[in-house]
Amino acid sequence: MQRIGVFVCHCGTNIAGTVDVHAVAEALKMEPGVVFSIDYQYMCSEAGQNIVKDAIKEHKLTGVVICSCSPRMHEGTFRKAAASVGLNPYMVEIANIREQCSWIHKDKQTATEKAIILGKAAIAKVHLNAPLTAGTSPVTKRALVIGGGIAGIQTALDIADAGFEVDIVEKNPTIGGKMTQIDKTFPTLDCAACILTPKMVDCAQNDKIKIYSYSEVTDVKGFVGNFTVTIKRKARYVDETKCTGCGECTEKCPMKKVPNEFNLGLDTRRAIYIPFAQAVPKVATIDPDYCNMIKNGKCGLCAKVCGAGAIDYKQQDQFIEEKYGAIVVATGFNPIKLDNFDEFAYSQSPDVVTSLEFERLTNAAGPTAGTLLRPSDGKHPHTIVFVQCVGSRDTSGCGKPYCSKICCMYTAKHAMLTREKYPDTDVYVFYIDVRTPGKNFDEFYRRAVEQYGVHYIKGMVGKVVPQSDGTLKVQASDLISNEQLHIDADMVVLATAIEPDKSARSLGTMLTASMDTNDFFTEAHPKLRPVESPTAGVFLSGACQGPKDIPETVAQAGAAASKVIGLLVKDSLTCNPCVAHSNELMCNGCSACEKVCPYGAITYMDKEFKMPDRTVAIRRVASVNEAVCQGCGACTVACPSGAMDLKGFSNSQIMAEVDAICK
Amino acid sequence: MQSEMIRRAKELLADGTVNRVIGWKAGEFDYDITPAVFTCPEQLDEGFLYNDFCQANVSKYLIKESRKEGKILAFLKPCDTYSFNQLIKEHRIWRDNVYVIGVPCDGKVDVDTVKQKGLQGILSMQCDGQTVTAQTLYGEEKFDKADSMSDRCLNCKSKKHVAYDELMGEEGEVLDSHRFDMVEKIEAMSSEERFNFWRGELSRCIRCNACRNVCPACTCEKCVFDNDASGIAQKAAADSFEENMFHIIRAFHVASRCTDCGECSRVCPQNIPLHLLNRKFIKDINEFYGEYQAGEDTTTRPPLQAYTTGDVEPSIVYQKGGNN
Repeated sequence: MQRIGVFVCHCGTNIAGTVDVHAVAEALKMEPGVVFSIDYQYMCSEAGQNIVKDAIKEHKLTGVVICSCSPRMHEGTFRKAAASVGLNPYMVEIANIREQCSWIHKDKQTATEKAIILGKAAIAKVHLNAPLTAGTSPVTKRALVIGGGIAGIQTALDIADAGFEVDIVEKNPTIGGKMTQIDKTFPTLDCAACILTPKMVDCAQNDKIKIYSYSEVTDVKGFVGNFTVTIKRKARYVDETKCTGCGECTEKCPMKKVPNEFNLGLDTRRAIYIPFAQAVPKVATIDPDYCNMIKNGKCGLCAKVCGAGAIDYKQQDQFIEEKYGAIVVATGFNPIKLDNFDEFAYSQSPDVVTSLEFERLTNAAGPTAGTLLRPSDGKHPHTIVFVQCVGSRDTSGCGKPYCSKICCMYTAKHAMLTREKYPDTDVYVFYIDVRTPGKNFDEFYRRAVEQYGVHYIKGMVGKVVPQSDGTLKVQASDLISNEQLHIDADMVVLATAIEPDKSARSLGTMLTASMDTNDFFTEAHPKLRPVESPTAGVFLSGACQGPKDIPETVAQAGAAASKVIGLLVKDSLTCNPCVAHSNELMCNGCSACEKVCPYGAITYMDKEFKMPDRTVAIRRVASVNEAVCQGCGACTVACPSGAMDLKGFSNSQIMAEVDAICK
Repeated sequence: MQSEMIRRAKELLADGTVNRVIGWKAGEFDYDITPAVFTCPEQLDEGFLYNDFCQANVSKYLIKESRKEGKILAFLKPCDTYSFNQLIKEHRIWRDNVYVIGVPCDGKVDVDTVKQKGLQGILSMQCDGQTVTAQTLYGEEKFDKADSMSDRCLNCKSKKHVAYDELMGEEGEVLDSHRFDMVEKIEAMSSEERFNFWRGELSRCIRCNACRNVCPACTCEKCVFDNDASGIAQKAAADSFEENMFHIIRAFHVASRCTDCGECSRVCPQNIPLHLLNRKFIKDINEFYGEYQAGEDTTTRPPLQAYTTGDVEPSIVYQKGGNN
């Protein structure tokens, strides 16, 4: 029989306000095995912990139940306290009477009843607890950054700066991400390329950083400190080690009509291409969907002109396996598709563009060499209408319910730059609200209105109708003067909502990292652990976690890097002793557990068994590698005969808890 | 077909390919044919039977039989081969110790279906492939065979053998059956109607365990219901709720592994349509994870033991669970 001590925490009024904590302590005193029970104002305080320690010594406790907050909060605290006076830390159980009781109930009587029941369940479990000893596992001192935009670049640079090796996996032929497509950056209006490309070069030149461009993560195994990642290196049909990036091939390629994704399809590129002049790595890539040589074996011109002999039409996708101690997700964002917003005539007129397309139309490296020209006829637009919140803050289901956060500021930037360069242009901005919380943001917006004379109109554009004379009839409402407006515009720019990159969802599944309903990665704690995912060893950087502008992204990237460094400096991590084990007498060898194990911890062997009838039978049975098992419990659920069990959360312990609750 | 099977079995015994044969022999009644192992040609001549009443699926017997000395010849009907494959997949049958001959099946006569037509006092029963002729205390009665088959044969999912070493007769095809019609009817009920339907059916359960013992997916070394440490071991049921739970837990345990062979319903002495529980799981799995037939091959993962990034989200499963 265990000698159990029960410690009920008031948590100030957090628990005591809704739960009669004294009554809970008194009621639990009556439970079998309980030899000591007390309530105290702050059990996690030093004085509270001393109460626990003294009671363990004085009453020779073999088990401890703390009725307090979630075990995620203070389980470690109390386990450490118990261990300091010689009690095995895994003999401590937490009954969560705060998050799962006091915070969700109003009526004191029912909350008190429930707190007692939760305490009884924990006591029932402790009766079946056994001392467990934790082992250690080594840490692979190498980090993986998934995504090579500004978030990934900054994280990688900071990790490398601390002396650790870091690999960047980028799905495009070059790193740089969305920031390479942006012209100027708010609120300082410095050129995006001027501040980004040096960082890209730093990555390429840093001997701690390895860039896997044109590559994707296809499989992740393992756990914190010991991830094994499979990276697919897509065939680019060019030998990266030989290509010098001279660009000869991209000028000779006869296939000229390929939509150029770097300029969002506003102009064309060749079938063999380097995305832009400052690309890193500066290596050509063949687009197999358009290359005549790859499609039907006719051409081969690029191979002829390549002095380095880098072209290889027979190249295959390669899969490489690497080991990492930590993984940073930096998969970024994309503007949403505008299929659901046909009222803005995006699909009907080339002069209705998204903001990112507008960036390209004003960028010196863009299709118009930086001169703002209408895509339809190449003329200067004289009236431009900007529409904000296209798909953002949209609860109708067509768009996204959240605020995309960056649109107010870049629209102000677009409007301001247009007025500066082309003072003869009329610029209208339709907005729901203008949101400018950020350093120097509101000053920036006011400058657009006051100094540059941008017409800001509170209201939404209802319809854009392309006219036969090439203009766009914009119908809108002005909510402040309460009148309908009709504007004949030459161009309409849509501040399109942003969403997480499509690769995030499958990556989240591979990493078992949780996501919210919008497919943004969830942080471990929204305030206190904003750059860590709830999955140990997986960290978040940039817009994959939520809409962010560049300064915020860089700040978060640095924070994620510091968390990674904090992990990689450790030589070993304490393992979780709550691991699975198989009862060989009951195991069928059916392989159900092996199939569901995300860590590859289960193997099978043929073993001889003496049967009751004095014969010897060879049976296939499972065995668990405890160093690899992470205690997720998937196998215990999959096992049809109950042969798999989890230490610390055994089937019988869980049944005992359920029985205690149902009694 | 029967004489052909005996001839071939004798050949394989004689040339030493196998040392035993598993098939069927006469039981207590004409319509009650039971699985049997034959070890010599004389036993085959004496007892081996293959006729319109050979309903039993012999695959499960091969778990024990395949671990014995020497190879065994097994005659498997199309639907039995699915169970056979599933057991190979779960490493339960030692494939090298089994020689499989696929035999054709055009549906088997089910005596319970005949009895439901009001037939009583059966003395003997024969079937010539078309007509079932019963001699009873009250005279002779004739039925069409097509009207005398159980649901699983009427809605046969496949006449194709998915595993064999050699084949007798013509190979059939996977059929486009209507096996989910009844499941759809039950799905269309209100939750109260559905609850009452199952309470009505399952309350007749006497916990004889016949369904579990015959089920080719129930092959645990020790069933959780027999394991005192599991907390749900067999005991006198305190109320009918426990009977319900037995069948629901069993359906969960065989989910995505059940080949829909229908043996559970055949052996139930209380005529509980247990196969409908399994078919509901199969139908849901098909809808959530794409068409899947357990036992179709020996390598693909059962959907509930495979995790792919394309899997439906739990919220969709939850919505599908419905509250109608």
